[in-house]
Parts: sequence; C-alpha cells; structure tokens
Amino acid sequence: MNDATMNNALMSNVKTTTKADVMTESKISAKNVQVFYGEKHAIKDVNIEIRPRSVTAFIGPSGCGKSTFLRCINRMNDTIDICRVEGDIAIDGENVYDPKVDPVQLRAKVGMVFQKPNPFPKTIYENVAYGPRIHGLARKKSEMDEIVATSLQKAGLWNEVKDRLDAPGTGLSGGQQQRLCIARAVAVSPEVILMDEPCSALDPIATAKVEELIHELRENYTIVIVTHSMQQAARVSQRTAMFHLGELVEEDDTDKMFTNPNDQRTQDYIMGRFG
Amino acid sequence: MSAGILIVVILGIAVLGFILGRQRALSLAARDNVKLHSLPGYYGHSVALFAAVPAFLLMIAWLFIQPILIETGVSRMIPDSVIPDGGARSLVMADVHRIADGLDVLAEKGGLSEEELSRMRADFTNVRSRLAEVGVAVGSDIPVPVLDAAREYRDAKHLGSSLMVFAVLVVSIVFAAIAYSRVRPEMRARNVSESFIKALLMGSSLVAILTTFGIVASLLFESIHFFQMYPAKDFFFSLTWNPQFRGGSDLGIIPLLWGTIYVSFVALLFAVPVGLMIAIYLAEYAGKTVRSLAKPAIEILAGIPTIVYGLFALITVGPFLRDWLAQPLGLGNSSSSVLTAGLVMGIMLIPFVSSLSDDIINAVPQSLRDGSYGLGATQSETIKQVIMPAALPGVVGAILLAASRAIGETMIVVMGAGAAARMDLNPLEAMTTVTVKIVSQLTGDTEFASPETLVAFALGLTLFVFTLCLNVLALVIVRKYREQYD
Repeated sequence: MNDATMNNALMSNVKTTTKADVMTESKISAKNVQVFYGEKHAIKDVNIEIRPRSVTAFIGPSGCGKSTFLRCINRMNDTIDICRVEGDIAIDGENVYDPKVDPVQLRAKVGMVFQKPNPFPKTIYENVAYGPRIHGLARKKSEMDEIVATSLQKAGLWNEVKDRLDAPGTGLSGGQQQRLCIARAVAVSPEVILMDEPCSALDPIATAKVEELIHELRENYTIVIVTHSMQQAARVSQRTAMFHLGELVEEDDTDKMFTNPNDQRTQDYIMGRFG
Repeated sequence: MSAGILIVVILGIAVLGFILGRQRALSLAARDNVKLHSLPGYYGHSVALFAAVPAFLLMIAWLFIQPILIETGVSRMIPDSVIPDGGARSLVMADVHRIADGLDVLAEKGGLSEEELSRMRADFTNVRSRLAEVGVAVGSDIPVPVLDAAREYRDAKHLGSSLMVFAVLVVSIVFAAIAYSRVRPEMRARNVSESFIKALLMGSSLVAILTTFGIVASLLFESIHFFQMYPAKDFFFSLTWNPQFRGGSDLGIIPLLWGTIYVSFVALLFAVPVGLMIAIYLAEYAGKTVRSLAKPAIEILAGIPTIVYGLFALITVGPFLRDWLAQPLGLGNSSSSVLTAGLVMGIMLIPFVSSLSDDIINAVPQSLRDGSYGLGATQSETIKQVIMPAALPGVVGAILLAASRAIGETMIVVMGAGAAARMDLNPLEAMTTVTVKIVSQLTGDTEFASPETLVAFALGLTLFVFTLCLNVLALVIVRKYREQYD
C-alpha cells in the first residue's frame, strides 16, 4: 500500500468520526476489497463508505477499476468465470460475499443501470413488469398495473409512454430507453441503484433528463454512479471517489474534490492532464 | 481441331495479347513522354481479356446450340414409317447417332474415303455388317432413310465444328486486335479489367440462379407431360397409391405426403427439443473447455452419411422398437416403422437444430443478460423470458431448415420406414414418403413415357414447392424479427 492511500484512509476515518453526529451511518461499506481477473490485479485494497440517500460518483481514467468495483457491489462479477473477489462489502452491515447470501436476492435489493440502454425485446409494460413478476411482487393484474405506473412515473417516463404501453421498448429513443431501464430497476423496489456510465450513449438533452431524474431518485435511494464526465459528477453527486490503476486515490465531498483535492493525481485528472 | 486444342490456342492468343498490349502501352508512354493511367500489366490484361472472353462465350453458346439445331433438322428427315411400333423417335435418333459415329470409325480404321462413304447405299451394301467389322454394333438392319439421316447428321456435325473453330478464332483475333489498337497511355485499363471482374462475379451467381430455374423447368416440363396423361385431380386428391405395370394405376399423392409429413413430424418432435436444450446448455451453461469439445463432437453427427443412419435404423432401432414396443403393446409386427425412421432422422437433425440455435443464442447481446441478472433473475429465468424470446425468430428459422432437410430425406426412410404406401395413424406401422417413391418409380423396368414413371417428376415438383415454401417462410420470419435487438 502506498502513502497516498494510507493518508486517504486515515483522512476519511477522521472525517467520519468528526461528522458522525450529523451523518447517518454508511449504507455500503467496503473493506480491503481486492479483485482479480485471472492473473490481473484489477482492484487493489479499496476501502470506502457510501452514505445512504445520496449520490456517490466514481471517477477516474478508463481501466481504473471503477466499473469493476461497482459490479462487485451487486455481485455482477459472479457471472464472469475468471473474476475473483476478496475482502468484505457490507450493505446495512451484512456482507454480500457471505456464502449465506443469495446473489439473486441481493440483486433485487441492489438495482443496476447499464452503460448502453438495454431494454428487453418486449413491450414497455412487460419490460417494467419483468422484475416484479419474477420476484412475485404483484398478486393481481391491478397490482402489477400499479407498480408499472408508479415505476414509470418515478423514472419520469409515464407521460411519454402511458398511451403506448404495448409498444416495444426497443422502439423508444435512446434517452427514453435508458429511463425505461431505470423504471425497470426501480420496479423491484431496490434500496441501492448502481449506474454504470448511464449517459455515455445519450445526447445532451437526454442526459439532462436522466441527471434530473437522478436528483429526484436520491430522496429514496442510495445511488452510486460511474461517470467519465467531470461535469456530470460535479452536477449530480454529493460525494466523489477517484480511482486510478485499481486503487482508490481519495474520496470526499464533491465540492471539495473539485475545488481543492488532497491528491495531486485527482488534481491532474480533473484538470484534464491525463485520462 | 478439337475443342481442347481450340481452348489452348485461344489462351495462347490471350497470352500473346497480354505481352503485346503491355509493351505497346509502355512504348507509347515512353515515346510521348506521358504517364500511364494504369499499371502496364492492366493494358496487357485488357487485351488478353478481349482475346479470350468473347471467344469462349461464343464457343460455349455454339456448343449448346449446334446439337439442338442439327438434332431437329435430322429428326425431320426420318419418316414415321421407319419408327417401329411402340418405339419412340428418340430411339431411332439414338441409332442415327451411333451409325454416324460408326461411319467416322469406318473412315478412320476401315480406310474408306469420304467418296466411298457417300456412295454407300443401305439397300445394296450391308452397312450393319460393315459397321460390326470395325466394332460398332447396331441393333437391327438399317433402313435407307436412317442411313441417310446418319450421313446428314455426320456431315452437319463436321461442318458445324469446322465453322465453330473458324468463327471462334476470328472473334478472338479480331477482338484482340481492336483492344490492342485501343491501347493508349490515357486509356483507363484498370477500369476495364475491373468491369470484367465484376461481370465474371455476376456471371457466377447467375449460374446458380439459372440452374435453379433449369431444375424447375425440367421438373415442370415432365410434370405437364404427366398431367396430360393422368388427371391432376386424381393425383392430388386420390387416397390410394397403387402403380401397375400394365396401366390403370392409382397414383394419389396423399398417402405419400402423409408419410412424409408424419415421418418428418416425428423426427422434428425428437430433434427440436433435444437440439434446443443442447444449444442452451452449450451457449449458457457449458464452460469453455466443455463447449470446445462438445460442439464439434455433436457436429460429427451431421457428417455421417445418411445411408449409415439407414443401416442403424434397419439393424438396431427397427428390431428394438418392434421387440420392445410394438409387439408388447400389440401395435404391429413390422420392424420398419414411422417411429424408427423418425427417431433416426431426428438424431441426424440434432446438429442442424443445435448448432444453428447455439450460434443464434450466442448472438443475443450480453447486455440483455446483464439487464436480467441485474434485476435479480436466475439463469433459467433469464433464458426462458429474455434470451429465448429474443432468439426465437432465428431458432424458428433453424427449425424450418431442419424440416426441409427432413422432408427431402430418402435413405433413412427406405431403410427405416419401408416402402409401403399407406395411410395410418399408428407410428409403429410401415409407411413411405414421396422421396422413396420417386426413386422406386424411376428405377423400375417401365418405359419412360408412361404415367407410372413420369409421376416421379410430379412428385418431385410437389416436394420442391413444399420445401421452397418452408424456406421462404423461414427467411421471412428471420428477416422480419431480425432487428428486434440491436
């Protein structure tokens, strides 16, 4: 471990203790997380606390491991054969890598939105109803209708699609598709929503809509977002974590990170000197 | 000059044209001190192509058209009186061909001059024994008009081939000369050779398409012949198939079509679920090593000749089903049955379904799987509700292709299901299919012009239309739903 990470770990500790009275405890807490892709050491000893009902942004140059770390939180990396995860990631104090935890149940609690909009080749209604149906959240058709409607409303898509719920989800525009994917994730009532560069395939107007949506969702969900856009991280997040070469460089309030970062590498990255 | 030598000569002209054309381009460019539009080789190419391609095209066309013209001309010389009762004009024409060839042999080996040959009279000379002396056997004595026709045929043929050699050589040289005179530094030789290549590629695809039309046309022609002798209504709607050597046959296609559909249905009933499950396992569950071993192993099934499958049906599956299923249940005593042929054909079809479906399932984007897993779906839920619906059009296409294959299969049916045309629901009874009957109708001793033989073409045409519809349907389905995920 190098000095910088040591310092960061110390500093964040200091902060959490001093601000403990004004803060609720952390929703997600990662300790000594290591990830290996075969021989490659992709994540090196990451420690981070993520606060509930807030937006945390992960930034860093390509290949720095921020997406990999994100996918550890809901164990999406389990689907990759050669991927091995060490260390603890706890949600509400419960380690998700405990053998007793069923990854399928976990993923219902921790929703995910992907880089490219990936609606299923089904109708808009069926796209949203998919999750509630496999988890048995609705007993009657009317309950399901209710879930679909509220999820679409929460995703800010209801007014655009309420008259064509039977149209295929793939027929929507890119931005609408991404909001449909958010509605789909919201429909299973998760506590945490992970977003992996959700706007990288969208135009600026669609991006603005999704960012607005993230603002609203913050009230009810813990959101972790990976982004390549500094501006986006600054706009939507309260906390920002900077990754570099598989290490967590530093993690702090977004305002502070973008004005007065502790680490030179963060400074350089934000100023556009590398990455 | 024979066709082989002619080809060599034309190729020689082309090579010469290449060298001369290239040199002319180079020397003209050097003389006028200008830059060539294309590389020097292209000027050579353009001359060579003009020397060879039109000449070859003319040669091919000539070789096709000349026999047709001569045949109809000579055929007109033969009066109906020479044609024996019950025989056909084509048989007499075959004699004409043989005698004409025999005259060639006589001229060569027997040392007869052309003059002697033309003086030879069928009513004075025993032409048959003369021919026999040089090893050409003719079935009966030769009537005067036939010998005349043969002589005419021979002369026309000789004249035709000399004319062809002359015409082809003239075309080759003239075109080469024109191309040579057009070689100039500013000539766009690259583009010329480019358009020749394009025409060549287009011509190749045309060959495949025209062949299909040719097959359909020949089937159609003979089928029309058949329907002139046998009522179409009886063929399509009669429930009996009972061909007789002495005429008065019942030639209803329904029992055969029923057999075809029944056997194919049993085969697909077996092959589709098994094949699909194999595909899902290979695409979604199997690890890299298992997949790399299992997939080729399954595809070996597709490489087994159908006759070997037929043996398997005849020797193993048939008796097994009879002893352990048909007899205990009292459903029949036959070792050939629809079930036997269907099962064995099903095994043959497994790799068709599994291999194609595996490719299609793999083509479903990973993002859909991620989306589903991200919502907390299990692997089988994801496959059932997201991957299969997305892959369905492709899978349906794969199944329909397998169905066309099943419908056209012959060997397994002969050896597995037998050759008895029957309409029955019991899958343990022997039945037969359209393809088997096509073979058996054409390999009999009956003459070629009878409805019993010609029915084979009508059967073939029906089958062709049937599988064509299936293939079109498969293409439409695949194309319609293709852009569902992208």
